[in-house]
Amino acid sequence: MAPLLEIKDLHTEIRLRRSTVHAIDGVNLTVEPGECLGIVGESGCGKTMTALSVMRLLPNGGHITGGSIVLDGQDITNLDDEAMQDVRGNLVGMIFQDPMTSLNPTMTIGDQIAESVRLHRGADKQAGLERAVEVLGLVGMPKPAERIGNFPHQLSGGMRQRVMIAMALACEPKLLIADEPTTALDVTIQKQILELLDNLRQRLGMAVILVTHDLGVIAGRADRVAVMYAGRVVETTDTTTLFANPRHPYTQALFEALPDKIVEPAGVAKRLYNIPGQPPDLTSPPQGCKFAARCRYAQDSCRETEPDLTYDVALHEYRCFFPVGEAALDAPAQDADAPTVAAAEAEAEAEATEGAVPVLATAPSVAGDGATPNGTLLKVEHLIKDFPVTAGAILQRRVGSVSAVADVSFEVPRGKTFGMVGESGCGKTTIGRLIVGLEKANAGSITFDGQDLAKLSNRGRRQHSGKIQLMFQDSYASMDPRMRVATILREPLVIQKQGSRRDQEKRIAAIMNEVGLPQAALERYPHEFSGGQRQRLGLARALVLRPSMIVADEPVSALDVSIQAQILNLMLDLQKDNGLTYLFISHDLSVVRYLSDIIGVMYLGKLVEVGPADDVYFGPVHPYTKGLIDTVPVADPLLERAKESQGVMGELPSAVAPPSGCRFRTRCPLAQDICAEQEPPLRPFTAKGHLAACHFPLREPEADAGAPAVAEKTTASGGQ
Amino acid sequence: MTMPPSSPDPFAPGINTPLAPGLDSIVPDEFPPNDAAPGTIPAGKPRSMFVRGLEVFLENKLAIVGVVILVAMVLFCYLGPFLYHTDQIHTNLAIENQGPGSGHPLGTDSSGYDVLGRLMVGGRVSLEVGMAAAILATVVGTLWGAIAGYVGGAVDAVMMRLVDAILAIPTLFLALVVVSMYPATELELIIVIALTSWLTTARLIRGEALSLRVRDYVQAMKVMGGGGTRAVLRHIAPNAVGTIIVSATFQVADAILLVVALSYLGLGVQPPKTDWGGMLSDGVQYTYDGYWWLIYPAGVAIILVVIAINFIGDALRDSFEVRLQRR
Repeated sequence: MAPLLEIKDLHTEIRLRRSTVHAIDGVNLTVEPGECLGIVGESGCGKTMTALSVMRLLPNGGHITGGSIVLDGQDITNLDDEAMQDVRGNLVGMIFQDPMTSLNPTMTIGDQIAESVRLHRGADKQAGLERAVEVLGLVGMPKPAERIGNFPHQLSGGMRQRVMIAMALACEPKLLIADEPTTALDVTIQKQILELLDNLRQRLGMAVILVTHDLGVIAGRADRVAVMYAGRVVETTDTTTLFANPRHPYTQALFEALPDKIVEPAGVAKRLYNIPGQPPDLTSPPQGCKFAARCRYAQDSCRETEPDLTYDVALHEYRCFFPVGEAALDAPAQDADAPTVAAAEAEAEAEATEGAVPVLATAPSVAGDGATPNGTLLKVEHLIKDFPVTAGAILQRRVGSVSAVADVSFEVPRGKTFGMVGESGCGKTTIGRLIVGLEKANAGSITFDGQDLAKLSNRGRRQHSGKIQLMFQDSYASMDPRMRVATILREPLVIQKQGSRRDQEKRIAAIMNEVGLPQAALERYPHEFSGGQRQRLGLARALVLRPSMIVADEPVSALDVSIQAQILNLMLDLQKDNGLTYLFISHDLSVVRYLSDIIGVMYLGKLVEVGPADDVYFGPVHPYTKGLIDTVPVADPLLERAKESQGVMGELPSAVAPPSGCRFRTRCPLAQDICAEQEPPLRPFTAKGHLAACHFPLREPEADAGAPAVAEKTTASGGQ
Repeated sequence: MTMPPSSPDPFAPGINTPLAPGLDSIVPDEFPPNDAAPGTIPAGKPRSMFVRGLEVFLENKLAIVGVVILVAMVLFCYLGPFLYHTDQIHTNLAIENQGPGSGHPLGTDSSGYDVLGRLMVGGRVSLEVGMAAAILATVVGTLWGAIAGYVGGAVDAVMMRLVDAILAIPTLFLALVVVSMYPATELELIIVIALTSWLTTARLIRGEALSLRVRDYVQAMKVMGGGGTRAVLRHIAPNAVGTIIVSATFQVADAILLVVALSYLGLGVQPPKTDWGGMLSDGVQYTYDGYWWLIYPAGVAIILVVIAINFIGDALRDSFEVRLQRR
């Protein structure tokens, strides 16, 4: 059977004002009918451009300069716009990353779905709406007939993405292109959407191209995978083979950069492999192998000529002179030319092992000794934060409140990392903002270094604020675009009136070295840096005041895997050098586990489970924690496909009227009547401070769990 | 709680040491191993915002035309009288309303003043009042709007209702009342015009401040312990500069036109001083006599200056907004 989509030697360029980006440079891909092809790679590799080339929806200045795209027997490379409109929607459907911006906010979702039916099928309004109800039912929208009158803002993120899928499916395309379909969604919703895509593919027999940066997403869903780098496919084969035996060094490096590959227990020093540098500038691609500059195995020949696609097993193609895997599975760096990185790595590893401190947060220290140097640095007790919901433009009547943080207590020992996980909307960011002083708590206390932050005057608070610093998710947005880096880094010192101008400049120079950026960067503006560099700058600014604690709010979730590894390693190094304490907030459990000594799991404003990182990760007690762990996609096809658990079902309930009793009961598979009546207190499960709040925990507490030290802690944090 | 044996108290060595002494020891000679891969920073000389902005500005042909016109006008008004001597103080009814000819390239007006010379003197008043009023209005409006937007809540409500209240009074009416109470001087005109025109700027900037105050970089500054003054002056105002500049250029044009309108109604600066509006007002009385030289020179000068300023404002907005584009 002829392939459904055949891309041959595709070249796409984007003309800018002064240069041309060679976004796609000779891509060959085939998709068989009914197949799911995954395309992975870092951002800027041409994944999305490939998808947009197939749709012929390239951005301004973009055009196909060579090669052919044959879709369903028809060459669409040179079709005129009108003919292309027939192809889009009818033959190919596309789902975009952000469902909110891809839906028209002024049209009901029914009309938007019907629109494509009416355009392509010539259906009248009534028939279009009927089809809309049908496809909405297909994508698992509850009560589709009632929902078609809704506007996009009335739906949750997951439901909006379902609407997007319904729109793409309305005319039964043979090929569905999903461009990062779940990146903007929570893990629990991500799992549901991926299941839905899988299910639809099987039921409708359509082919799917899944474009993503997340190897875990690919592992469980794709039949075949194409790894892209710098506008080229560098390796393509079936999913199982690729994950078991990657041949291209880039693919291998991507795998090694994943934090969930780390097997050492939490608390033991470890390092992720990180791919040095960043993808090449595609306006002037380097000669030879595009990956050579970042490759551990590169030799001179790699830098001169570019390797062709070769294969030793049929259907496993790769573009490399010195493939890894199989024969070279354990081979060390073969070349004396390239050892810079490998050596640095080895050195770092050796150093890391030397300084390894296999110390776990044992039982959190007894309440009350907050000021001792080795004890608790931050203590949060019965913290409550409600945001008022107001109505009316002028009088702002208070009509309700969002319970963002509801009676949360925890402690962070000095020099340790406390990882906070949960879905978006669970209150983890609010806790971070409360701690750094961007919000004021309604009740409860935050004790930092023996000082109650709530009792400080505004002035005292300001002077104090140098000691706790915040690291932002989007470090670009957190830097004033009109300031040079030097000014940005100096600002905290100026505000806190520390040192003379010369001292400040010295301090900045030192900090730039610590985060590994050249001094020349000081003269630049934030927009001139790459994402990873900006995150380094963000870290540098947080460190300038020599804080004892950094609250890191999703610091790596916007970064590519390889860059993420760089930042995580850097954070660990800085912690070791400066004795920093981190409160690490993230939705990504594997990252949290990698970095943290203690993990706290939040659900809808409540801390449902807290304990030493590995105890929580490998022996969860609360059904929510278990569900969350099962939901996170793992970059291992066998594991991922063998998963039976459904993860966490449904969506997060509204925090305006949280469920009575246990807040998780509406989504809990184990919930019974008592869960709705009584709120379960946090109780200890091991003597090492593993606490969970559940009536029906997944395992019973250990016999010695109620040791006195912990008992006091329990009463202190038990809620009610 | 056990701490790493290597450093029993991690705070002692690095964290709380005062800035100056021992700082050199922190600066390593080479990068520590943790920066295996910061990547390269962009090549080329670092260019300042000003240089980038200037490049964009110079790409705009209309802007250059605007600048040329404006500079020419300023030179004309301020250097002109030194090269072209006329008596603009004493009336000379013997030569009233003469057409263009030798001695008087643009003729004379009803009081016998030379029109070309009068254009120079009148232009000074128009430009000075226009620019000064616009600058005053922009500064006041920007601060007012930025403070209202940044602080928010009741303060914002009170400040903006005040703006609404003043806006309800027609500008010309207010100007007329003040000017007819006190004889018009340049300073008074500037204050009256600024008083009525800072309101729109305040509203625009307040809107901008509302969106800027929740930006991460303002939040970051708060986390560092910074206060409101710094937020408004260092972050909100500079980032609203595109809006500020655009509204400022409109203010200049509006102010010049307002001076013209007041003078046209006979309430501008008093003779023997004059401005372009006053010249226009005088000339209009002779429309039916065909004394075109009393109307066209002043009219054309007003139009040229207003257009030039609008061109410049447009280009300035562009050159401030492209700041973030990769070019």
